[in-house]
Amino acid sequence: MAPASPDSVASLPSLRVEGVVKRFGGLTAVNGVTLELKAGECLGLLGPNGAGKSTLIRSVVGRVIPDVGTVSVFGEPADSSGAREALGWIPQELALYPKLTCRENLEAFGLYHGLRGAALKSAVEWCLDWASLTDRALEPVLHLSGGMKRRLNMAAGLIHRPKVILMDEPTVGVDPQSRNRIFEMIEMLHDEGVSMLYTTHYMEEAERLCDRIAVIDHGRIIALGTRDELVRNAFASRSEVIVRFAKTGDGVDGWVKERAGVLEDGTARFTIEHANEVAVLLDSAGKAGLELADISLRKPNLESVFLHLTGRELRD
Amino acid sequence: MILPIVRTGLIALRRDRGAFALSFVLPIAFFSIFAVIFGGHRDSTPKVKVIVVDEDHSTASQRLIRGLEREGSLAVKEKPAAKDGVEQTDYTATTAEAAVKDGTAPVALIIPHGFGENPISFGAPGENRPTIQLLKDSSDLIAAQVIEGMLQKVAMTAMPDVMAEQGSKYLDRFSGGFTPAQRKRIDGGLDALRRLENSDEQSSAAGDSNRGMPVAVATRDVVGENKNNPMVSFYAAAIGVMFLLFTASGASGALLDEAESGTLDRVLSSRVTMGNLLAGKLLYSMLLAFLQLVAMFLWAWLVFKVDFISHIPGFVVMGISTAFAVGAFGMLLASICRTRAQLGPLSTLLILLMSSVGGSMFPRYYMSEAMQRAGLFTINAWAIDGFTKVFWRDEPISHLWPQVLVLLGIGIVFWAVARRLARRWEYS
Repeated sequence: MAPASPDSVASLPSLRVEGVVKRFGGLTAVNGVTLELKAGECLGLLGPNGAGKSTLIRSVVGRVIPDVGTVSVFGEPADSSGAREALGWIPQELALYPKLTCRENLEAFGLYHGLRGAALKSAVEWCLDWASLTDRALEPVLHLSGGMKRRLNMAAGLIHRPKVILMDEPTVGVDPQSRNRIFEMIEMLHDEGVSMLYTTHYMEEAERLCDRIAVIDHGRIIALGTRDELVRNAFASRSEVIVRFAKTGDGVDGWVKERAGVLEDGTARFTIEHANEVAVLLDSAGKAGLELADISLRKPNLESVFLHLTGRELRD
Repeated sequence: MILPIVRTGLIALRRDRGAFALSFVLPIAFFSIFAVIFGGHRDSTPKVKVIVVDEDHSTASQRLIRGLEREGSLAVKEKPAAKDGVEQTDYTATTAEAAVKDGTAPVALIIPHGFGENPISFGAPGENRPTIQLLKDSSDLIAAQVIEGMLQKVAMTAMPDVMAEQGSKYLDRFSGGFTPAQRKRIDGGLDALRRLENSDEQSSAAGDSNRGMPVAVATRDVVGENKNNPMVSFYAAAIGVMFLLFTASGASGALLDEAESGTLDRVLSSRVTMGNLLAGKLLYSMLLAFLQLVAMFLWAWLVFKVDFISHIPGFVVMGISTAFAVGAFGMLLASICRTRAQLGPLSTLLILLMSSVGGSMFPRYYMSEAMQRAGLFTINAWAIDGFTKVFWRDEPISHLWPQVLVLLGIGIVFWAVARRLARRWEYS
């Protein structure tokens, strides 16, 4: 089966989310999100658990009806049949039939998407091959390893070869080896020009896989750009100093705040313009009687950006 | 170390409210049902229905009928119930036989011409004795025996003068004749008996049915005379329907599993709509139920010699109707419950309740009138009635319309409610 090509719709964004708000009772899960997924792009949605990533994805795929806002896929409303066929959704849960084999699961979801005959057979073979499950095709899902189940879960979302794929934390609970395999699968899709919206709370995944990253917190997009743009916007040319205290007693909190740092779990982070500012910090800590376990200087990353923007760790 | 284990178990039980309720509610519910059916606190006494045809229209035949009517355990019918307010004519031998065949009553008595001339006789076989015809449906193992015993009892208690008169005739014939004085005293005694009978004061007089057979009775099976075992086809349907209900609730429970695992969301994000999904699940449940019935009746055919082959058209009609109602019942249960854990206790409770009241555990004609009426609110009762018509009464398919209509109606209503409740899965 030929890879999905965005050529015919190149002029339109693959996906456009505009002003989406979704409330559950008193909780606003998504709070006025606007974003655009370009053709062939992998856009990361980075945020901690409970930030609203899954709700946003479910709004796009039609499983949640937004209170306000619109979602369009290649210019068509998300609930149109055209949009539905263009979208592929890989949910966070293992949404599979456990007693059916890998092949039977893929056939079932293929049939649900209207595939029949040779088209279905070819799509199933492609998915098994893509997920490296051809040799386990006849194995019931129940007997697969966690990583294999994850890969099949992803393959089931691609059975109708969608042009836009929504991946909701596809590596949750997966061991590092299987995670690498999943990254390779996603990179393969990226190389084929498929547009992807990828949610994660792992900074490393977003940095490796995504062309652009939207940082989401409390249902709002608080930053959007490439990895370098996000870091540059947050830190300019500054570096980050990480200070770990041997003892976090009285005075640490005040000392960190005085120097515009952020303290989390006995570790303080500061931003500096020049390397010689490290010596100033060390001197000041010594004078304040604070005992340091170690100190390091590093270039800011996405985690630093998130901490800088929200005052919280990404994994909170 | 033992008590912490007990404590953990109790905490888990408290959290699982369904199982907690089931462990208390289910035994009490079933105890109450069985107590109502078989216990002393009946809302009404179960009566054996008997159709009586009086071809003789004599004083003796009328007294016999009135005697039967006075028996609290019998419901005597001489004519069908009024139809559209129009009084029906009395049963004849032909219509009474048809009524037994269609299940209106399990027994019919035909009192023949000439009964009044010699209502009670003790002669040897071959003598000219008017014989009452007892037509019975052999699927009811008890009714015919009850009626036969009652008939003998009533003959003695409702017509004591006739019995005494017959006795004195025999004595007169075999003893060489009474003297005029003896004859006078005997006639006086018979008059006293007649007056006593007419005074209606002895309606509760106890008779001894073991003292002989003063009324000649010829019994004939009009339903099931060629059947191998009267109860096999009944239980094939009765037990079959109960397990169909369990299967359907289990099958539809897959919907709850899919909702919990997220598979339902994935399915609904494809071209499949909630309507498609529920219809597919219903069709699957129906197919499963129908195949279960086929297996049940094939087994009954092979092992118990139930005549399955010649009843296939009726079986298919009843099988599809029952499978539809049962499948929709399963969908309704699944749509009411939030989790599989809720579905288990609720379905067990409802299915056992419906099965006991609806006749899957024992025939409804053993139950009180009120319980029999309550049974009409169950799928079991209508399905069993339909299968009984097909396999026991050999009725044509056209006679199945009440059962088919009710089962389809139940299915449509359950399906509509299930569809409405399933909207919660469509969007959030």
